[in-house]
Amino acid sequence: MKSGWRSGRLLESILKVVSLLAVIIPLLILTFFLITVFLDGESRLVPQFLTSYPSYKPEDAGILPALVGSIYLIILTSVIAVPIGVGSAIYLEEYGNGGWLDNLIEINISNLAGVPSILYGLLGLELFVRALSMGRSLLAGAFTMALLVLPIVITASREALRAVPSSLREASYALGASRWETIWQVVLPMSASGILTGVILSVCRAMGETAPLIFLGALTYLAFLPDSPMSPFTALPIQIFNWISRPQAGFAENAAAGIVVLMVVLLLLNGIAIYFRNKMQKRI
Amino acid sequence: MDNTHKQSISIERIPLEEASRGIRLFKEGLIKYLLVFCSLVSIFTTVGIILVLAFETIEFFKVVPLREFLLDTEWTPLFYEKHFGIWPLLLGTVLTSAIAIVVALPFGIFAAIYLSEFASERVRKIVKPALELLAGVPTVIYGYFALLIVTPFLQNVIPNLSGFNSISPGIVMGIMIIPLISSLSEDAIYAVPQGLREGAYALGGRKLPTIFRVVIPTASSGIVAAVTLAISRALGETMIVTIAAGQQPRFTLDPRVPIETMTAFIVQVGLGDAPTGTLEYKTLFVVGSMLFLMTFVMNMWSQRLKGRFQQEI
Repeated sequence: MKSGWRSGRLLESILKVVSLLAVIIPLLILTFFLITVFLDGESRLVPQFLTSYPSYKPEDAGILPALVGSIYLIILTSVIAVPIGVGSAIYLEEYGNGGWLDNLIEINISNLAGVPSILYGLLGLELFVRALSMGRSLLAGAFTMALLVLPIVITASREALRAVPSSLREASYALGASRWETIWQVVLPMSASGILTGVILSVCRAMGETAPLIFLGALTYLAFLPDSPMSPFTALPIQIFNWISRPQAGFAENAAAGIVVLMVVLLLLNGIAIYFRNKMQKRI
Repeated sequence: MDNTHKQSISIERIPLEEASRGIRLFKEGLIKYLLVFCSLVSIFTTVGIILVLAFETIEFFKVVPLREFLLDTEWTPLFYEKHFGIWPLLLGTVLTSAIAIVVALPFGIFAAIYLSEFASERVRKIVKPALELLAGVPTVIYGYFALLIVTPFLQNVIPNLSGFNSISPGIVMGIMIIPLISSLSEDAIYAVPQGLREGAYALGGRKLPTIFRVVIPTASSGIVAAVTLAISRALGETMIVTIAAGQQPRFTLDPRVPIETMTAFIVQVGLGDAPTGTLEYKTLFVVGSMLFLMTFVMNMWSQRLKGRFQQEI
């Protein structure tokens, strides 16, 4: 009996160690990868790398058009995706009554979240580039990315709306406010930081997404900056992909340096998201 | 009748207020329809994807017989002598995804056990987002890891490993989807009622048998839902396999040689800029349709399992 108890304790300790390792090993591998990439790209991480245009000589090449293109892309994407996504979330949370249409929309959103991103690229190619003749432009890229991140914006906004206590809504109705007045003046301000967190997460997704942009003409050799939504453009992940695909060793270093830049931008954005999440948790 | 009667009385009494109420009602209604429209955008997106894929796929099968698509074992649409057998691409996709799942499954499930059964609340709050970071790293970066870090390392261990192969991107993709399995499995394990655990303890069960005979079986449909979703993600993953697995459609399950997945083929044609209307252009959408169908079935199945799990609990 006693030895059985002991072996039980032993097995339990083994399970604890094994399951702890299952958490630690992947994180260590990622850390190792990131350190290796940093060391690979270190020699290129000079200010000129951020301010130069791509070049056939790896040591002269920089990421300026890609960085600017990515920033324009995420701004345009947010301008399109946020109103639609938040509007959709408001409808589902505040107006929806669980009818067949609401159910269909909900099932559809969770399905869309699982559609491979490259298929959004095919949709963007046929719908925005060709049918709506936007050409291979920033605008076509932004519309495609907006559809891609819409499920993220909707899901995060719904959670933020749900976190607002219904007593606040009832108090607002009791004061004679209509449904929309209540949403606009009470519910939305209360959930703003939660919605913002979702928006930043979707921006991160749009920033790192590569596959759909391949069809939207994110060119890799641009000697100019995009000056209008109809301009051709390139983006950070596309530039990195292009450098990885080249056989010369010098370009691999550029890719590594580009990865460091992309990771720094993403970490900054995530830091902002965490800040707002904590702020929201304090408020509600 | 009664209603209109009341209304007419109030209009007589306070006409001005009633008029502004009408405007207000109109505004409220308009806003509601605007919001409904916002929600419909996601439906239009799905319909758009299906229509775009279906249209070009039908065009494709007007030229290439379905028999060839399903029975030929070669895929060479970009060559002079064209073959349109989907099997090489299908095998490439299944192979890399299978390797990814083999890697991700043990890590994901044990990580979920750690988070739900061993970690303190404070540790959990730090570790869970840290693990989710794995899924937040852009896939093009994982492609770099696979091609320039993992493959050279594996070449020291595995003789005759080609510079492009399916084992390295498979492993890297597995690391990427660990949090997908661990997070959703943990939710499922967490949702198992505490009463069941206490019941097992009351019957003299210790922690270990309680976890493996009570908690995990109860959470099993939730865990399977998580794994199904992870499989769907692996099937549709593009950049890692495009960068590190090669662009040689091959009828093989050998993980050491270059292959091509369905997603990598779509990228290859996309980069090549095939002219609209050509057969090459249409292959984009045929392969896209296959990919959509496979991931759609997986997603729906995952959701059904999740729904069943929520009912059971």
